[in-house]
Amino acid sequence: MSEKKYSKKHEWVLLNGESATVGISKHATEMLGDIVFVELPEKGKSLNKDEKAAVVESTKAASDVFTPVSGEILENNQPIVDDPSNVNKDPENNGWFFKIKIKNKSEMDSLMSPSDYEKFKKDNPN
Amino acid sequence: MEKTALYNFHKNLGAKFVPFAGYEMPIQYKDGIVKEHISTRLYAGFFDVSHMGQLFISGNKFSEDSLEKIIPLDFKEIKKNQSKYSFLINDEGGVIDDLIITRVEEGFNIILNAACKDNDIKEISKCLNSDCKYELRKDLSLIALQGPKSEFILESIVNGVKQLKFMNGGYFDFKGNKIYITRSGYTGEDGFEISIPNTNVENFTKLLSDKGAKPIGLGARDTLRLEAGLCLYGHELNQNINPIQANLKWAISKRRREEGGFKGWENIKKDLKNGVSKIRIGVKPSGRIIAREGTKIFSSSNEEIGVITSGTFGPSVNSPVAMGYIKSKFSEINNKIFLEVRGKKHEAVVSKLPFYKKSYVK
Repeated sequence: MSEKKYSKKHEWVLLNGESATVGISKHATEMLGDIVFVELPEKGKSLNKDEKAAVVESTKAASDVFTPVSGEILENNQPIVDDPSNVNKDPENNGWFFKIKIKNKSEMDSLMSPSDYEKFKKDNPN
Repeated sequence: MEKTALYNFHKNLGAKFVPFAGYEMPIQYKDGIVKEHISTRLYAGFFDVSHMGQLFISGNKFSEDSLEKIIPLDFKEIKKNQSKYSFLINDEGGVIDDLIITRVEEGFNIILNAACKDNDIKEISKCLNSDCKYELRKDLSLIALQGPKSEFILESIVNGVKQLKFMNGGYFDFKGNKIYITRSGYTGEDGFEISIPNTNVENFTKLLSDKGAKPIGLGARDTLRLEAGLCLYGHELNQNINPIQANLKWAISKRRREEGGFKGWENIKKDLKNGVSKIRIGVKPSGRIIAREGTKIFSSSNEEIGVITSGTFGPSVNSPVAMGYIKSKFSEINNKIFLEVRGKKHEAVVSKLPFYKKSYVK
């Protein structure tokens, strides 16, 4: 297992061999509030880095979730579709969104380490 | 940006503020919208609605006739301390604002929407006889206490409020101050609205909080009113929609529906007689999809037949809920319709309103 990386749009990516798990950060869930709807990409779908991959909705508004890395969707996390509050409960573990077969590992280099992300959050409070 | 007298109180409770109608208002507190919503339904919540206008009109025998020109109520029917829901109407019959009017000893008290209040006063003053006095009471705050435990909590602070029936009010004593309380609200729950001097409001609200009422922000206020099937000005109501289209015929008094005599009467008379071409409905999506304001509504034969005006997830009904306007011939309850969300059509049904059953004390 490698280190978790973060995007500027508050997604996290955890690389595991040739695939990666993607979700949204705890900070993102705190900004969104109670999540009441999740739409995930279908298995087999190919997506480019920074392309729209999923939708989350709070009671207030809908937001897009982008994939921080290019690849093909291997699996999506049905339990968060059935009960979206699972994302708020455990955003960076059980609340993952999808697993993606990575096309280009070097894309990971453009993402932030946990400590860089901490700093990024402080510099960009909203 | 204006602030209510409770701004710092909210801040200390961990409120997240948003600009709303020129005021910095709490959208939510630490608990978040869903918990705040549930607390109101199961226990009690308090809402700072001091941004709303409290307009006092001192009465004389001319003021009622003047107000009847612009508000389609039968003023002779409104008893002292009785409240009524109605509207300010424009020349075409469109809604300038929706409001609650209460007859008090000295005249009338009208609660107006924050975003509309300045224009409302212009419209009202145009109708009033020159010797009628009116005043927007900026020295008063307005607190709503809503939920099944509201009566128990408020009675422990203000003696006698439990006698009040729904849509009735009266003056009460709070620590030597005269405050006006009505049994009303906008959440589908039993509750009260308390009009209290800015100088006392923090003391008073702190007592509500000490007795267990939770602070509730605008976010949960919206999910609560939507579940209760209640209109929000600027969404379900505006200057181009009349009360018949809004399915609020009941808020025009019987005598006024027969005799007219208010602005826009010709259009309203026509719609009362011939029916309306579009009407406000409740919409319940079949899945979990949330249809937001602006979502287009289609028939099963793919004809565009309407639009959503408010939509969210209803925590108490545990499903998405929405309201919108639809061509009348498609408005039958349980009629299957389709909502276009992010390019895809999703099944929904026309639902009866409210989505959540009210429990008012009659």
